[in-house]
Amino acid sequence: MIQSPETEYIIQFRDVTKIYPLPAGDVVALDSINLEILPGEFIAIMGPSGSGKSTLLNLMGCLDTPTSGDLFIKGRNAGSMNDEELTALRRDHIGFIFQQFNLLPLLSALENVQYPLILKRGTKECEERCLHVLNAMELDETLYTHKPSELSGGQQQRVAIARALVNDPEILLADEPTGNLDTKTGTAIMELLLDLNRSRNETIIMVTHDPAVARYAHRIITIVDGRIT
Amino acid sequence: MTKSFFFEFAKRNVRLHWLRSLLAVLGIVIGVVAIASMGILGNSLVLAISDSLSSVGDSVIVTPHTGGGVMGGSTGDYISDRDLEQIRRAVAPDITIPVYSGGSRMKVGSEDTAGSIYGLDPDDIAVLLEIREGSYLRGASSAMAGARFAEENNIKVGTRITVGDKGSLRVVGILEERGMGFDINPDYGIVVEDRWFEAAYDQDGYDMVIVKVRDLNTIEDVKNAIDKQLNRRETVVDVIDTKAILETILTTFGQISTFTTAIGGISLIVAGVSILNIMMMSVTERIKEIGVLRSIGTQKKEVRSIFLYEALILGLIGGIIGGVLSFVGGYAISIVMLETTKFLFYPSSLVYILYGVTFGVVTSLLSGLYPAWKASNLNPIEA
Repeated sequence: MIQSPETEYIIQFRDVTKIYPLPAGDVVALDSINLEILPGEFIAIMGPSGSGKSTLLNLMGCLDTPTSGDLFIKGRNAGSMNDEELTALRRDHIGFIFQQFNLLPLLSALENVQYPLILKRGTKECEERCLHVLNAMELDETLYTHKPSELSGGQQQRVAIARALVNDPEILLADEPTGNLDTKTGTAIMELLLDLNRSRNETIIMVTHDPAVARYAHRIITIVDGRIT
Repeated sequence: MTKSFFFEFAKRNVRLHWLRSLLAVLGIVIGVVAIASMGILGNSLVLAISDSLSSVGDSVIVTPHTGGGVMGGSTGDYISDRDLEQIRRAVAPDITIPVYSGGSRMKVGSEDTAGSIYGLDPDDIAVLLEIREGSYLRGASSAMAGARFAEENNIKVGTRITVGDKGSLRVVGILEERGMGFDINPDYGIVVEDRWFEAAYDQDGYDMVIVKVRDLNTIEDVKNAIDKQLNRRETVVDVIDTKAILETILTTFGQISTFTTAIGGISLIVAGVSILNIMMMSVTERIKEIGVLRSIGTQKKEVRSIFLYEALILGLIGGIIGGVLSFVGGYAISIVMLETTKFLFYPSSLVYILYGVTFGVVTSLLSGLYPAWKASNLNPIEA
């Protein structure tokens, strides 16, 4: 496996290009991206629709691999890893927060938080840890046994953040985390993320349309037509 | 623990879509019941037939070659005393029983009837026939009546029967019902002493010779010995090995049973297709959920196991319900068609329930394979 020479970066893109082959012709989603992210950075990715924001986030989240170029996550080259290794990397080192919250509908709030921990440890002896993480999300304890459909958007997003954090990932990827929330709840969620970044030195990379949300970040990366501008 | 978590996951999804799951289970139930009850019925049939035939499965039957039918009947050709002696010598020490057989109109009291007549040496009778009531033959003018014949004509011990113009006989015993046989069928007739038969019909020889083989493994040898002894120059007698006939009949019934069971299997295939269908629906509906599972670190094989557990749950529920119903169904069919349930409890019948349940679960799992594979290979981004 090729090791990144500059291992102090938690994420490093080196000349990464992503092309989606379509019948109508290839679509270049990302064009020769070079990007370095240090541990503990809070980054907002902005750009118009179809500019390549989500593709960039998917690559960082090991949900996809580059067509060409090298992508290093925690010093490991994602392009040379197989599906099982990429899945394990996602499970152990990366947390995901989605616009639609994407909690598992069959599981209760607590079980949703437990799920990644069970995947990682293969055991259910983790309720304490999950309760601890959930408590930090300032969610009413009576809601822990509720199914996602019984929770409000803000409550669901708090559970989703707890789920993303339960395995102690170094990287937190958020795709429009406040997109489906009202301003007040959105602000509370952003405060929560900011606090995680400060208190746990969590690396947060967030895609957003909203300049007000982007202002929480240390660095804003704007992407247009697959290029960082 | 991870496994039990995935099982729980599958269980909840089965419960969430309970109506859909119920229909899939119903398909499996029908398939299992079809296979198991067809199998039980077929096997019970074979058992019932072999039960009624096996008493004659240890015989070699010798009949005159020309026109001598298997089931007896006078045709003018007989087995002579000399031939009988040759047979005796060929098969010794197995018992050789010469048989006269014929049929006649008879009169029981004032009622006219007809039946078969077998003339046997009194010493041989106990080897072939069992008595239900009264005694074996006592004197040349005594007779024993077959069970059905006695029943239909209201014959009891002491009843007098007049055989055509050959004279009158007194019934001293009623025989145990013997069932279908290749040698003699006295159920619908009477058995008399050979001396009486000889006097009445004045035949030149015997209609049939039955050889009772002690060791069933030698039955083929016995048959060949008779063949060699009597049919050296020309075919004088036909030699039938009842064991071989029995085996042919049982094999045929076994094949019929397999065929009907296979037809039952078709319904299980249909059930499998319906499971495949509902699980494909489930995969399509849950594309987003599967994408989330994958993106938060669920391995492909773990996604696969969730869907296979679902198929397993459906198969197990359907299989178990089907198994219970097949037992009940087998019981009902046995009573209706065979008028007895004793063959149901034979391991060879009950094993069909196990087959049915196993096929049900396996079909279910096989039907779940493709949807599970499909689900696990979904691209998390597209999902």
